[in-house]
Amino acid sequence: MSELAASSPAAAKKPAREDSPTRRAFRRLLRRKGAVVGLVVVLLFVCMALLADWIAPYNPTEADWSALRGEPTLEHPFGGDELGRDVLSRVIYGARASLFAGVISVLLALAIGIPVGLLSGYAGGVVDGVIMRFTDAMLAVPFLILAIAMAAFLGPSLANAMIAIGVAAAPIFVRLTRAQVQSVKVEDYVEAARAIGNSPARIAFRHILPNIWPALMVQSTLTIASAIIAEASLSFLGLGQQPPEPSWGSMLNAAKDYMSDAPWMAIYPGLSIFLVVLSFNLLGDGLRDALDPRHRD
Amino acid sequence: MTRFLFRRLAILIPTLIFVSMIIFGLQQLLPGDPAIAMAGEERDPQAIAELRAKYNLDKPIWVQYGLWIGGILQGDFGESIRIQLPVSQLLLEKLPVTIELAVLSMLVALLIGLPAGVISALYNGRWPDYLANVIGLWGLSTPNFWLGIMMILLFSVHLGWLPASGYVSPTEDLWANLQAMIMPAFVLGTGIAAVFMRHTRSAMLQVLASDYIRTARAKGLYERVVIGKHAFRNAAVPVITLGALEFGQLLSGAVLTEQIFSIPGFGKLIVDAVFNRDYAVVQGVVLCTATAYVLLNLLADIAYFLVNPRLRT
Repeated sequence: MSELAASSPAAAKKPAREDSPTRRAFRRLLRRKGAVVGLVVVLLFVCMALLADWIAPYNPTEADWSALRGEPTLEHPFGGDELGRDVLSRVIYGARASLFAGVISVLLALAIGIPVGLLSGYAGGVVDGVIMRFTDAMLAVPFLILAIAMAAFLGPSLANAMIAIGVAAAPIFVRLTRAQVQSVKVEDYVEAARAIGNSPARIAFRHILPNIWPALMVQSTLTIASAIIAEASLSFLGLGQQPPEPSWGSMLNAAKDYMSDAPWMAIYPGLSIFLVVLSFNLLGDGLRDALDPRHRD
Repeated sequence: MTRFLFRRLAILIPTLIFVSMIIFGLQQLLPGDPAIAMAGEERDPQAIAELRAKYNLDKPIWVQYGLWIGGILQGDFGESIRIQLPVSQLLLEKLPVTIELAVLSMLVALLIGLPAGVISALYNGRWPDYLANVIGLWGLSTPNFWLGIMMILLFSVHLGWLPASGYVSPTEDLWANLQAMIMPAFVLGTGIAAVFMRHTRSAMLQVLASDYIRTARAKGLYERVVIGKHAFRNAAVPVITLGALEFGQLLSGAVLTEQIFSIPGFGKLIVDAVFNRDYAVVQGVVLCTATAYVLLNLLADIAYFLVNPRLRT
């Protein structure tokens, strides 16, 4: 009798929920030191960006002539820049531009890449052929050069930089989604979904997408790292965030003219880019290991 | 072999056509009328009409594309509005500089990446492996323009060992040229070295676990022969072809590196063109880099095919 009760659906469901694949993957993620460090640093920077108004000691765009290219002191721990603005406050506010640009451009790349990749992988034939040649063509132009060219034609602004980076990154997700769809669409559960009369769109979004999501998540995390570098690069060239608003890339651009008398102007924004990018890379690597079904615990 | 080549070429041509369409399409992103943008502040109606006729802006878009691509196939990339020179001439002038930078950077990347990958694989799970991995992640995460600034700060400003900028042509003074190129090549090379390191490591680990390595060891061969001759040669094949794929990243990085070290190459050309709104130059540079990238990939595929006997049927 007790055996019967144990195998009843209600009883069987409970332990299954406690040990859902997501939870298991998260536990595996937390066992990786690198990934945990990455996650913590990313969260710290996210907090810094969100709470910038409260934690920044000064207004990031306010010039103070007494701190003009001033060395780091107790009042200005990271020193002052070429207009006497507080470098620490600008680094804190700069996190907004960088993280925002990283996340938004990857969301844009996903918004383009997933539907196109699903279509390409699911439809096959001529549609797939045309989409793939177009994707190959986009991938043939080096990522940053494509982003620079697009930003150049769109005009310099942070929003346009995000659009340029997002569109330039989209082909990576088209390729990935398509490859994943092709390996998943021959599975029995997709066949079953088709057999009971689901529409192709429903099969693509309800049955295929959830199964290819882990791979997309890993790639998104790693692409955020590249997108942050790309935004910093565009801002460094003057194609991203426009002055006086702070961004790490544009701070480095200003810093390169004062390297001998104010090196701190270059050290801290660059260090921030490095830390954030490193953390996203660590997190992405950890996620890949944790979500890979071959790594069972 | 011929069948493989034909199949590869059959994919290559539509890809290049799409590349040209994307690059041509870029000018459609220009806000407003390009003729008005080019005419400058005065907005003289006659000048605008002339520009429109000169650049065929009054014709339908597919005719414009046809004329543009037809010109490019004959080596006519248009004219730089700012310098009043043919874009093709500018491209030919700057290309050798960027090629030199790319080759030197690739050299740096291989010299660091391959040995680091091999050592990391041989000491799998021990401290040299961890050290190599940490350095690798560091290389992947450092924005190369920041590394460039930091190196100038250290080697030019503080130590005064190397010039911060000032490109000298190698035909003029090879020593001065190398002095000016060593920092940029290092900056660009380290990022790619990290990628090489990771791939060499995993390729070596895979090869070291295979039967023929055990056989080679069982035969009593010296360990350095097993590693150097049997393992590394096989592991190096996928890594070398990866070099072609990394070329794209190299060109991207060159844009910023050339900017920091004031090297008059492709990267400097495109950035200057962007700020001068010299769109024909921007398109020319992008088209050249994309074509070079596609052709290098083709060469890599052929090389892979040639060195991998299993693919030959």
